[in-house]
Amino acid sequence: MTDPLVKVTDLAVSFPAGDGFVRAVDGLSFELAPGGALALVGESGSGKSTVAYGLLGLHRSTGAEATGEVRVAGHDVLAADEAELRRVRGGVAAMVFQDPLSSLDPYQAIGDQIAEVHRVHRRGTTRRAARARAVEVLDRVGIPDASRRARSRPHEFSGGMRQRALIAMALACEPRLLVADEPTTALDVTVQAQILGLLRELRAETGMGLILVTHDLGVAADSVDELLVMKDGRAVERGAVRKVLDAPGEDYTRALLAAVPRMNVRRPGARPAKADDAVLLEATGLTREFGRGKRAVTAVDQVSLTVRAGETVGVVGESGSGKTTLGRMLVRLLEPTGGELRYRGRDIGGLKESGLRPFRAELQMVFQDPVSSLNPRRSIGESIADPLRVAGKLTDAEIAARVRELLERVGLDPGAYHRYPHEFSGGQRQRVGIARALAPEPRLIVCDEPVSALDVTTQAQVVKLLGELQRDLGLALVFIAHDLAVVRQVSDRLVVMRGGRIVEEGPADSVYENPRHPYTQGLLAAVPRLEREEAAA
Amino acid sequence: MSLYFLRRALGAVLVLLAISVVIYATFYVAPGDPAKLACGPRCNPEQLRQVREQLSLDDPVYLQYWHFLQGVFVGHDYSTGTGVMHCDAPCFGLSYQNDQQVTELIAQRLPATLSLAAGAMALTLLLGIGTGLLSVVRRGGVVERALTWLTLAGIATPVFISGLALLMVFCAYLEWLPFPSYVALTDDPEQWAWNMLLPWVALALLESSKYARMTRSSMLETLAEDHVRTFRAYGVSERAIVGRHALRGAVAPVIAMAAVDFGSMVGGTMLTETMFGLPGVGQLLVHSVQTVDLPVVVAIVMVIGAAVVIANIIGDVLYAAADRRVALR
Amino acid sequence: MTDLIGTKEPEAVTPSGVAASGARQVWRRLRARKSALVAAAVLGLLVLLALGAPLLAALEGQDVNAYHDTLVDSARGGVPSGSFGGVSADHWLGVEPGTGRDLFVRLLYGARVSLMVAVGATLVQVLVAVVVGLAAALGNRFVDSFLSRITEVMIALPLLVFAIALTAVVPTDFPRPLLLVVVIGLIAWGGLARVVRAQALSLKKLDYVSAARLAGGSTWRVARRELLPGIAAPVITYAVYLLPSNIVLEASMSFLGVGVKPPTPSWGQMLSSATTWFRADPTYVVLPALLLFVTTLAFTVLGDAVRVALDPRVASRLRVGRAKARKAAAPAGGEAA
Repeated sequence: MTDPLVKVTDLAVSFPAGDGFVRAVDGLSFELAPGGALALVGESGSGKSTVAYGLLGLHRSTGAEATGEVRVAGHDVLAADEAELRRVRGGVAAMVFQDPLSSLDPYQAIGDQIAEVHRVHRRGTTRRAARARAVEVLDRVGIPDASRRARSRPHEFSGGMRQRALIAMALACEPRLLVADEPTTALDVTVQAQILGLLRELRAETGMGLILVTHDLGVAADSVDELLVMKDGRAVERGAVRKVLDAPGEDYTRALLAAVPRMNVRRPGARPAKADDAVLLEATGLTREFGRGKRAVTAVDQVSLTVRAGETVGVVGESGSGKTTLGRMLVRLLEPTGGELRYRGRDIGGLKESGLRPFRAELQMVFQDPVSSLNPRRSIGESIADPLRVAGKLTDAEIAARVRELLERVGLDPGAYHRYPHEFSGGQRQRVGIARALAPEPRLIVCDEPVSALDVTTQAQVVKLLGELQRDLGLALVFIAHDLAVVRQVSDRLVVMRGGRIVEEGPADSVYENPRHPYTQGLLAAVPRLEREEAAA
Repeated sequence: MSLYFLRRALGAVLVLLAISVVIYATFYVAPGDPAKLACGPRCNPEQLRQVREQLSLDDPVYLQYWHFLQGVFVGHDYSTGTGVMHCDAPCFGLSYQNDQQVTELIAQRLPATLSLAAGAMALTLLLGIGTGLLSVVRRGGVVERALTWLTLAGIATPVFISGLALLMVFCAYLEWLPFPSYVALTDDPEQWAWNMLLPWVALALLESSKYARMTRSSMLETLAEDHVRTFRAYGVSERAIVGRHALRGAVAPVIAMAAVDFGSMVGGTMLTETMFGLPGVGQLLVHSVQTVDLPVVVAIVMVIGAAVVIANIIGDVLYAAADRRVALR
Repeated sequence: MTDLIGTKEPEAVTPSGVAASGARQVWRRLRARKSALVAAAVLGLLVLLALGAPLLAALEGQDVNAYHDTLVDSARGGVPSGSFGGVSADHWLGVEPGTGRDLFVRLLYGARVSLMVAVGATLVQVLVAVVVGLAAALGNRFVDSFLSRITEVMIALPLLVFAIALTAVVPTDFPRPLLLVVVIGLIAWGGLARVVRAQALSLKKLDYVSAARLAGGSTWRVARRELLPGIAAPVITYAVYLLPSNIVLEASMSFLGVGVKPPTPSWGQMLSSATTWFRADPTYVVLPALLLFVTTLAFTVLGDAVRVALDPRVASRLRVGRAKARKAAAPAGGEAA
C-alpha cells in the first residue's frame, strides 16, 4: 500500500466575519491515492473551494484560521514554513482557477508567465530553456502555433485558450497533483467539453492526481473516479462516482440529484402554441449594431421571431450569440438599429422613451444578476411598487395591498415590504425581481438568464415558480439561457442562436430530440450528463 | 497610428482655437478699455485716439479677433508713429508696459521656467515612485506608517511653505547654500544646478507625495488582483511579485497621472518662481496681471495651454504603450 | 492642485459596496479611526475660532486693522520689539512686523477668509460638476462627447494660471473673496464632473436602473430616484478632498498678490510678506504656515477616512491582509451571490 498523495485529517477553516468567526470547513477528512481523481461537489457556501485553497496553504495571511492536518505528498501544508510552502505550490500541487482572464497577468506575454513559474521550481534553468518549456507545454495543451502565441498577452486569447494556458502553466512544473477550482464554470459548454477532455488526457499521460472543485454534478460525473459531496463545510457522502450518482446513500445527495435539470425529460404539459393564438410580439429582420464605422459589431443580425400569447419561447446560445441583446430589444431597453418590432400590431421598434411609456407595463423583464437587479438603497416593497406608483392609478393603501399579494404569489413573506435586498438570499431576490415584473400585469416577460446565478436546488424552485405563473396568468415568456437543460424544462418552442443569428427554431421537443443544424447537434452533445448510458454514448 | 496623431493634432488645434476665442472674449472685449490700459495713467484724449487706431480697437470684434489670429500665424505690422515695426509669426502683440514684443518677453523667461520644471519633474518621479515602491515593499511595518504620514504631510504643504522652510533652514541658519539666484545653464552649469537645488526640492516635495500615493495605491490594487494570487499559488516569492507584477501594473496609471498633472506642475512652477525670485514665465504672468498687461497675459495663457494639450497627447501615447490593452483612437 | 486624491480614475462604487453602508455604518466606521477623530476635532476647533473671531478679538481687546507703531522697532526696519515676535499679554501671538498689527486677530480673520472661500468654491464646484456629469451620462452621444471634451480641457488646464489670469479683467471694486469663490468654483470642477459621469454611467448599466425604466418612469424620475443617491458617496468623498485643494488655491493666489487684497487678512498674503521677514522675525513665518499646513493636513486625513468609510474596499490599500481575507472568502462562497 503506497502513501496517499493527499491526506486531510479533521480540517477546519474559519474566516473572521464581523465580530466573530465563520466556519467555512468543519471536521473534514479525506484521502486521495496517487493518480486518483476526486471531485468536491456542493452548493455555494459548502466550503468546497476553501478546501482546495487550503491544500496549497493559500488561506494563509488572509486572517483565516485552519486546524487539523493537511498532507500533500508528505508535506505538512499547515505547518510548513514559507520556503517549503513555495516548493509545494506549483512544484508538488498546481492550481487551476475559475476565471482564466483575471488569473493571468494582463501586462505580460503568456509564455513569459509560464517560464517565470517554471524557473521558480527548476533552479538554474536558463531563460531560454524556460521559454522553450513554456512553448512545449502550450503546444501540449493544444494551443495552435504555440511558439508564436506564447508571445501573446492574455486578452488576445479566447476564454478556452486562456484556460488551456493556465493548465499549461500547471503542467510546466510537472506537479503530482492538479487542483482545479471550477475550471469550466466561466466557459461555454462546447469549450467546457474540450477542457474536460484535455484534463482526462493529461491525467492518463502524466499520472498526476486531480482534485476537481465543482458545483456541476454533470462535470464531475465525466471527469473523476470519486465524489465527495459537501454541505455547510462538512462531508455528506463520499464514494465511487457511479455509486453516488446511481444509488445515493444520503437524503441531501438525493435532493441535489433530483434538482439537476435533465435534458432528456420532456416538459410536462408542454403546450405548443396554436396558429390561432394571438401574436403578441413580432420581430422582423431585427438588427442591433454597437459602435460605428470600422469598429461596428453586429450583436444581433436580421433576427425574425414571433411570440404568441401564453407560450414560452426558449432562447439558447453560447456567450456572444446575441441572446441578451435580443432580449433587451424585445422589451425596448435597447433600440434596434435595423428591422421592425411590432407589439400587438403596432411598431414599437423606433419609438422614443416617451412614446414607449404606454407599452412599458405590458413588456417586463426578469434579470440575471440578483445583486444588481435591485436597488440596494430601497426596500423591496418600494422596488415592486415602482411601476404602480408611476401608473398613478392606485392609492398608497391599494399599492401596499397589491405588493403584499405579489410577494405572497412569488412565495415570499407578505410582511417583507420594508426589508432591504441585502437581507435576502439570491433565490429570494430573484423572486422579488419576478414580483416586480408581475406588478404592472404584463402580457410578456423576458427572462434573461434568470436562474444562472443560483444553486441547482434554488434554480429548480425558481423555474417551477415561473412555470406556474405562466400557466396561471396566461403570460407569454421569452426564456433566455445558456443552460440547455434548464431551457428544456420551461420551453414550448426553442430558438438556437449563434453569432447574432438564429440557426435553428422549432417546437422544443423536436429540436432537442432531432436537432437538424450541426451547431445544435454539437451543442447538445457537449452537455455533460449524469446518466451512465449517455456518458458512454 | 499616423491617423491617430492626425486626429489628435486636429483636436488639439480645435481646443486651442476654442480657448483663444474664450480668452480673447474675456480679456479684450468684456470689461474696461484696453486703450486706456495701453495708453497708461497720464493719457490725453489725442493719445488715446492714436492708441485706439494703432490697436484697431474701433473695428468690429470678429475683425479684431481675426487680426489677433493673423498675428499668431503670419505676423503683424505695427505703425510706431516714426515707422513700421514688424512682429514675426507667432505674434501676440506688444506689451502695454514697454512696447516690447510679447514673444520676445516670453522667450527671455523660458529658460528659467524650463530649468525649474525639468529638474523638478525628474526629482518628482524619482522620489515619488521610489517612496511608493518602498512603502509597498515594507507594508505592514513602521516604515510604511512613517511614509504614509510623510506623504500626507507633503500633500498638505504648499510650495511657498516648503520653500520658506528650506530657505530658513539651509540659507538663513545652516548657511550651506546661497540664497538662490538664477544662473543660466549655458553660462555655468555647476552654479546653475547649485542655485536650482532648493527650488527643485521645494516643488518636488509636494508633487512627489502625490505620485507616491498614486504608485502605492495602484500597486496595492494590483496586489489584490486575481493574477497575483495565481503567482502566489505557484510559489513565486513576494519580492518577485511586487517587483515584476505589481510595479508593472502601476506604470500605466502613473504615466496617465503625469500627463494630467502637468497643469498642476505649471501652477507649482509659478509659485516656486515667485517664491525664489526666479525670472521665469510664471513671474512674468503674475507681474503682467498686476499691471493689467493684457497681451502678455493672453500670450502666456495660450502658450501654457498649448504645452498642456501637447503633454496630454504624449501622455496618452505613453499610456497606450504601457498598457497594450488600450487601443489608441 | 488638480488631483489631491492621487488616483487616476474615479473609483466606481458598486451597489453591493454601498449596500452595507447605511449612514449609521458609515458613521461607525468613521468614528473607529482615531486619525479621523483628531482631524475632525482640529477642523471643528478651527471653524469655531473663525466663527468667533470678532468675539475673540474683543476678548483680547485688539482690532484687526489697528496699527501699533510703538510695538515695532523702526531702527531695525520694523521688527517687533520683544521676544517671539512681540508676544505679550495684550498681543497673545505677537504683532506683524512693520505695522504692528495684532497677529492673533489677523490669523483668525485669515481663517475666516480661507474657510469661506474654500467652502463657497467647493459648493459651486459640486453644483457644476453634478449638473455637467449627469447631463453627460444621460445625454445622447453628442451631448456626452461635447461635455466630456470640455471636462477634459478643464482638468488639463493649469488652474492657477487661469484663476490668476481671470482676476486681471475683473474690476477692482468687485469683492475679492466672492471673486475667488466664483473663479475657483467655475474652473476647478473637471475632476469631480468626470467622477460623477463615470459613476452615473456604471450605475446606468445596472439592472435595477433598467428595471426602473421598464416601470415607465421618465428619464428625470429614474435619474433622481435611482442614480442620484448612488452618486452621493463619491461626490461627498471628492468634495472633502476639494476643500483643502481650494484652501491651498486661495492661499496661493493671495501669496502671488492676486487673491484677497489688503487690508483683508489672509494666510497666503501673510506668507508672501513673510518671505522678506523670515530672517528677522521667524514667528511671523511659522504661525500662518503652521495653520495652513495643519488645516490642509486635517482635511486630507479626514478625506481619506471618509473615503474608506463610504467604500470599505479602499481600505485594502491600507491593510492588505484584510483585503485578502475578503478575496479568499469569496470563492468559499462559490458561484452564487
